[in-house]
Amino acid sequence: MAHTGRRDAPELPDFSLLKRLARDQLIYLLEQLPGKKDLFIDADLMSLLDRIANVTTLKQHEVDKLYKVELKPIVSTSDQLCFLIRPRIQTVKWIADIVNSDKASGRFRRYKIIFTPQKFYACETVLEEQGVYGDVTTDEWAFYLLPLDDDIISLELPEFFRDNFLEGDQRWVTTAGSALRLVYSLYGPFSKVYGIGRCAKMVYESWRDQVEDGEQKARQPEIGNVFLIDRDVDFVTPLCSQVVYEGLVDDIFRIKCGSVEFGPEVTSSDKSLKVMVNSQDKVFNEIRNEHFSNVFGFLSQKARNLQTAYDKRRGMDIQQMKTFVSEELKGLKQEHRLLSLHIGASECIMKKKTKQDFQELLKTEHSLLEGFEVRECISFIEEHINRQISMIDSLRLLCLLSITENGLLPKDYRSLKAQYLQSYGIEHLLTFANLKQIGLLVEQQPGETLTVMESKVGKLVNDKTAGKLTDAFSSLAKKSNFRALSKRLVLIPKSGEEYDLRVPRDMAYIFSGAYIPLSCKLIEQVLERDGWTGLEEVTRMLNGHEFAVTGGTNGTEARIKTDPQRIILVMFLGGCTYSEISALRFLGREKGYKFIVLTTAITNSARLLEALLDNHA
Amino acid sequence: MTRPKPEDDEYWNSSKFSAFTFDDEDDEFTKMKESKRAVNSMLVDDDDDDDDVEKVSWSGEPIGSISWSVKETASSIRSSGEQSFPKIDITPSLPKQGSGYSLSSLFKGKQSKQFQSFSESFTDTSVRAYAPELRKPKSECKDYMSDWSPEETVRRMRKGKVFSLERFRSLQEKLLLLDEAVSENDGNVITAVLIYLKKSLSKEILFRELMLREIALRHYVHYLKEMGEQKLLVELMKALGRTDDMALMQYKEHLNIKDEGQRRDFLKNCLSLPFSQDDAIHVQDHYTLLERQIIIEANDKRGDAEIFKKFPRKASILNMPIITTLYYSCFYHYGESDGTFSSPANIRKTFRISEKQYILTALGARAKLKSWFDVDSLFNTKNWLGYTKKRSPIGFHRVVDILQKNNAPVQVLQEYMNLIDDPELKLSLAQKYKCHDIVIDTYRDLKDRQQLIVYRGKVERGSKEDKKIEELLCNMQIRWKN
Repeated sequence: MAHTGRRDAPELPDFSLLKRLARDQLIYLLEQLPGKKDLFIDADLMSLLDRIANVTTLKQHEVDKLYKVELKPIVSTSDQLCFLIRPRIQTVKWIADIVNSDKASGRFRRYKIIFTPQKFYACETVLEEQGVYGDVTTDEWAFYLLPLDDDIISLELPEFFRDNFLEGDQRWVTTAGSALRLVYSLYGPFSKVYGIGRCAKMVYESWRDQVEDGEQKARQPEIGNVFLIDRDVDFVTPLCSQVVYEGLVDDIFRIKCGSVEFGPEVTSSDKSLKVMVNSQDKVFNEIRNEHFSNVFGFLSQKARNLQTAYDKRRGMDIQQMKTFVSEELKGLKQEHRLLSLHIGASECIMKKKTKQDFQELLKTEHSLLEGFEVRECISFIEEHINRQISMIDSLRLLCLLSITENGLLPKDYRSLKAQYLQSYGIEHLLTFANLKQIGLLVEQQPGETLTVMESKVGKLVNDKTAGKLTDAFSSLAKKSNFRALSKRLVLIPKSGEEYDLRVPRDMAYIFSGAYIPLSCKLIEQVLERDGWTGLEEVTRMLNGHEFAVTGGTNGTEARIKTDPQRIILVMFLGGCTYSEISALRFLGREKGYKFIVLTTAITNSARLLEALLDNHA
Repeated sequence: MTRPKPEDDEYWNSSKFSAFTFDDEDDEFTKMKESKRAVNSMLVDDDDDDDDVEKVSWSGEPIGSISWSVKETASSIRSSGEQSFPKIDITPSLPKQGSGYSLSSLFKGKQSKQFQSFSESFTDTSVRAYAPELRKPKSECKDYMSDWSPEETVRRMRKGKVFSLERFRSLQEKLLLLDEAVSENDGNVITAVLIYLKKSLSKEILFRELMLREIALRHYVHYLKEMGEQKLLVELMKALGRTDDMALMQYKEHLNIKDEGQRRDFLKNCLSLPFSQDDAIHVQDHYTLLERQIIIEANDKRGDAEIFKKFPRKASILNMPIITTLYYSCFYHYGESDGTFSSPANIRKTFRISEKQYILTALGARAKLKSWFDVDSLFNTKNWLGYTKKRSPIGFHRVVDILQKNNAPVQVLQEYMNLIDDPELKLSLAQKYKCHDIVIDTYRDLKDRQQLIVYRGKVERGSKEDKKIEELLCNMQIRWKN
């Protein structure tokens, strides 16, 4: 639309290759188990599988029946059972139960587990402990990367977030390293790697290790620089309401593996419709990065154009009509269909947002970001909780309050927690414990407490472990310092100035001009400075773990700004939001970069918080 | 094995990305078949022993089994491949030796090592009989195994190669191994080492050591959680002195109990757990709440009272939050005396519900039932002269909002709208909900003639509102400000 920006942005590499690789590997694995077999697939692998293969592909390789893993007794009559699963202990236990009950009833079958993207020792131990090791063979489907769009690749590992940041389990570090390694061997070599965050550092190390072990053929790089960032470097951004079209669609309809299901209220028929939302959808592609306030205008303009195009038919002779039908009509009809779909979706978004008093909600969010009228914000949140409006939204506002204010005053914390438990269930005690652990919702600590405790414990142990303890405590002591960071990096544009959302002047447009996402601002700054020089104070407030290194083992290419140098891979560890992707696209247009987003999963405020809930068995 | 289809072949062969062809694997596959034969023939002599004592590596693969040999074959092929290009290695002396051993020597070493440990631990009485054969393999094995330092072992584990943890027997060795795994950041390997330590160390010792190793500890806790080893987890938390966490962990168990009676009893037992001060109050509330809900549910399930017939319940009240319970009680048990468990007053008192929260909930429930009288009395207060006045702990704009969401009639809406102090807020709400009288009166009070004229365009021509505006505009008594 109104975007201009630099026209000389480089071309993106072709990622469809990743899909072919994954499909061929899967076929190979299926062929390792000749003969008819029933295939059990983990529920969260289904959409993923849909993107790279279809039922016919599976049938061609002697898959007889397909089942979803439901952790219930099975009904299959096949002699061979194959399980395609994520490496989870619970699922493996279920499989062991199946094998054991078959054994008990004297039934003989062959079993194979295909773990994706890799297996874990803990899973194999379950097989061993349950006495079925050897009865069950295992394999790995190294499917690390699913391209969701021209510029988005996902590991589709939502559990990465909770496992790593809440539980402190580093099981996915190597996985992320391998994923990066795969990108590197296909599209590298990289010339620079920047990063920030503890996990980012570990992933970098893992990747470097793997690269050293392997062989890199000299080739023309298609990706120049890499930026690794931990999700916990910036929790504020994913907790904000999204107001850019693609983000809104995700917040409201939940995009899953690049596809979304529009219900009857959108399709204006009695059926739901599943559609892919990506750059192939020409209408979507033009509005995805737009602030929602522009979308209606754009869609109605588009509708008028369409009408004009249809109207051309009038007064055509037979010959002209024939060309029209064969050349244009199909395209027009396609556009027509997409247009009515997105108009329907926009209407539905409007309706839902009006109903939940979105305007007031946004006002509170913006006040929190600015640190303005915080008391009023607290009473808004309180009332939100009292009226039992959306449990997740209440939690989201509480977390935003805590991060922006460096924790809640003890009295506020106690009162808000009590009211929350009254409104949404006392079992959320467990949720609050989790949020405290991860640092999203905490009480303000009187300054010294932690350092005192640290030195006390430090005296008890030797130096080496003391270092580790400090590490552990730093996660506890972790202050968000949001207000200071925001000032330093000028994340909040001056209020009072008119912000024209039609012609965005910076990345703040993705939040109605109220806030530049911290994650994207860091990326911008580091690329501009070619490192962290001058950002020392910022990194200190972010708890350090920043790095900037020359990647690869075979030396850098000449330091000219070639096209690949301007293609930047940003890897989000713990998930990234569509709003952040929109912001990076904007930044790319402004500075002549192309960003490729590699993320462990697409996230948003609801997914992020749901991963931390513990109110169910 | 089935060959890939022709087009696949074409793709693989033409692909420039040789790193991902399966050709190597094919080689491995044929080699595996060979080694399978080799292994089978090699094992003939040992058959008897196989029956007596099962020889398994740590990961449970029987030594010499096909799957074991596949792994070993694969890794030996890979490691010989690695030599062909230079690499920077952290432990320079090691990699050459790995491939220097032939497959058979590997087997020998492995097996005798297994043999040794079994003989040491189980066969005291028959040492003499075994001793002669053992002497030689024992020394051989020692040479070989000592090369698998903690670093090398962790490296092999990370690569998915065969490894053995049995040789790490002294506490110091075990801890070195754990620290090495932690320093390599690979959670998968850290957990694998922890599983071995869990099996081979008493929990007191393990807990003691984990106390000083936060990263390993978190992996261990997560592993126990996933394995559902609740008891051990609780012991661990206790040993660490993390009593809050221990209490919460035990409290969490209630979510797995379906039967409400059992759940209540479980919660009652939780009351004695060492929760933090604040949490203890909440858990006490949880128990009291469920206890009440069970009583209320037993009475209301029959649904004898008129109100249940008129508005049948959609769901049971069991396990609902406190506020939902209050709403329920305001809906079905309004006006009951304080003494009954199901009365709003009793619930309000028991759970220390604020006035604001109470009014909000009661308002919602009574408005839903269209009991406008009850709504009125929620806000009525008498002053010392005996006049009634409406007072509210929540803004009247919020009251209007809630009434409107419950389809209150215009008269009711207007009454409350008039209580809003802020004229602008009042105007915007009145316009939103089309309360014309209020809009008109407010403009009159603000003496805003222009806005009144504008608003005239929004009401129906010739309607009551239209006439009212007309009258006002003609009224010479009013001093308009514009």
